[in-house]
Amino acid sequence: MNHAILQMVCFIAFAVVAVGAALAVVSVKNTVHAVLALVLTFFSAACLWMLAEAEFLALALVVVYVGAVMVLFLFVVMMLDIDLEPMREGFIKYLPIGIGAAVIMLLEMLGIIGIKTLQVPAGPNPAGMSNIEWLGTALFTHFLLPFEIAALILTVGLVAAVVLALRVRTFSRRQNPAAQSAVRAAGRVRMVKMAASTTAPGPTTVGEDSQA
Amino acid sequence: MITLNDLLVMVPELYLTAAACFVLLFDVFINDDQRDATHWVAIIVMLVGIFLVVHGQPDTTATAFGGMFVRDRMAEILKVTVLIATILMYVMARPWLRDRQLFMGEFYSLSMFSVLGVMLLVSAGNLITVYLGLELFALPAYALVALNRESKLSSEAAIKFFVLGSLASGLILFGMSLIYGATGTLDLHGIFAAAGTTTHPHLLQFGLVFLVVGIGFEFGAVPFHMWLPDVYEGAPTPIAMYISAVPKLAAVGLAYRLLEVGMGPFADDWRIMLAIMAALSLVVGNVVAIAQKNLKRMLAYSTISHMGFVFLGLANPTPEGYSAALFYAVCFALMETVAFGVILALARKGFECEMIDDLKGLNRRSPWFAGMMAIAMFSLAGIPPLWGFIAKVLVLKAAIDGGMLWLAIVAIICSIIGLFYYLRVIWVMYFEQPAEGVEPLQAKPDLALRGLLSINALGLVAMIFFSGPLLAWCRAAFGG
Repeated sequence: MNHAILQMVCFIAFAVVAVGAALAVVSVKNTVHAVLALVLTFFSAACLWMLAEAEFLALALVVVYVGAVMVLFLFVVMMLDIDLEPMREGFIKYLPIGIGAAVIMLLEMLGIIGIKTLQVPAGPNPAGMSNIEWLGTALFTHFLLPFEIAALILTVGLVAAVVLALRVRTFSRRQNPAAQSAVRAAGRVRMVKMAASTTAPGPTTVGEDSQA
Repeated sequence: MITLNDLLVMVPELYLTAAACFVLLFDVFINDDQRDATHWVAIIVMLVGIFLVVHGQPDTTATAFGGMFVRDRMAEILKVTVLIATILMYVMARPWLRDRQLFMGEFYSLSMFSVLGVMLLVSAGNLITVYLGLELFALPAYALVALNRESKLSSEAAIKFFVLGSLASGLILFGMSLIYGATGTLDLHGIFAAAGTTTHPHLLQFGLVFLVVGIGFEFGAVPFHMWLPDVYEGAPTPIAMYISAVPKLAAVGLAYRLLEVGMGPFADDWRIMLAIMAALSLVVGNVVAIAQKNLKRMLAYSTISHMGFVFLGLANPTPEGYSAALFYAVCFALMETVAFGVILALARKGFECEMIDDLKGLNRRSPWFAGMMAIAMFSLAGIPPLWGFIAKVLVLKAAIDGGMLWLAIVAIICSIIGLFYYLRVIWVMYFEQPAEGVEPLQAKPDLALRGLLSINALGLVAMIFFSGPLLAWCRAAFGG
């Protein structure tokens, strides 16, 4: 019984932190702080998963998201020079409406679903299997197709990011050694037929001559 | 667990995956001036795709990967139409893209991945495959809308599309999680079975609302239509053509899979929601289209009103209703390709042909293009005996049979209102003088474009006589 109470307390604590941090993500002024709050959200979510005995997912979330993705994100946000003031315009003005809509929706949801009567059926219990083992089996048997489609989505994300972000510098100067060594005299020098002598055009030319 | 049979069922999708990766790499190894090779390879890939879809179609519904992937007749029709629409886009887009320095290989590979997403989506038998198919379709589409990075309008459209699209997929995902919570299964047939005997009907209904909202976003139905006009206007015209045709077909598949296959026991709930969205789309789409001066925006609002018609069919959950909706979506996709094809053919370097006024006196400059545009407009307006009329009659009949006479009356009144703006385009083309200083047509639009556009337009006319077989095909898809 004590164990269950402890688990409940932990759940509530982590859930509150997660929701609070998520609120901070969208409400703090400084984008770097927002990213850090997002890290906290992920971390709390990882703890929640840990409570639900999904150890592998929790670790993956910490290692992949908190460890790698968010750090990268932090770099990007720090490099971007974002002017904070214009982004705040209208925030306070729309805040009451937004809160009002959110509260009404929350009440409706709670009222309709009826939180107290609800006992969500749990998924199949992976008895006698470690979390990672079960996840691996599930991913590569039952969920192989979605797993592969997710891989395709990642590929598309990569290609799309390159298409949208890569700017080929058309003005850069570079040498083409193949063309350089293949060149022939005829391609470089053009022989122009000219008259042997011309009449002196004007006084300026004469002046230049005398200076030389 | 995975047998060869699973892979055989999925041959068209596996093929397209390989082909899209091939095109992606192929394009890297050629020079910019050889890009035509990518173009023709992409078209051949799509043609072979159509062959594989039709040729390998099993007589009965086949499933793969434990019911995650379903290959049935409805998926076949949608896949074939999507592939045809994509081929039309490829051919008609080339001159336009080339004139604007947007002729790049990624246009082809991204759109192939997007088509692949649609193919997986319409064949999905599981909530996860539905969602992933939707994402795989949408993600390349966002990038394609932003393809023209120089254009601010284009970037704005892409951001709007991306944000609202993410919102829509978030809503769908939330709905799915509620449904999963109530039924404990992700399989659509399992959900159907569990929904009939559920002890949490409210939870399921709540999830259903989110699904319907997400579907409304995909269709661009009022009140979730805000992104559509801006995306049509801002996207490069060939991409606007793609977005006008392909996602609507995908959305029919999405609606059928989620609502009928999955949430069938709640049909009485969702058909009312669809009917309300249909009525709103018809009214808003048709009325607002009248005020548009931009041809692409006008087509966007016209699309919204047409989505109302598709919902009219879906709101009658019987084989007749679904086949009418499917028929309508197929017909609509091929009409939009003509309308956008004419815009693409008339556009040239530095001139977009986006405004309705740009079509002034088109009949004098080019009777053939004016004629094709007229066919498209008459067909969209639903003038008898054209294809659009047949499709409209079918969905109206479905709605009346489904006991929604009021909706059918709204639809008829709205399509009469809609006549105004379709006929205005025709008026402008035939009875107004070209504006001062407007050049005649560009020297000669691309031969392939002219040819395929003509075939597309004449096909619309020919479909008057071939509607029967297509309708029979659609009916057979739903076992009606």
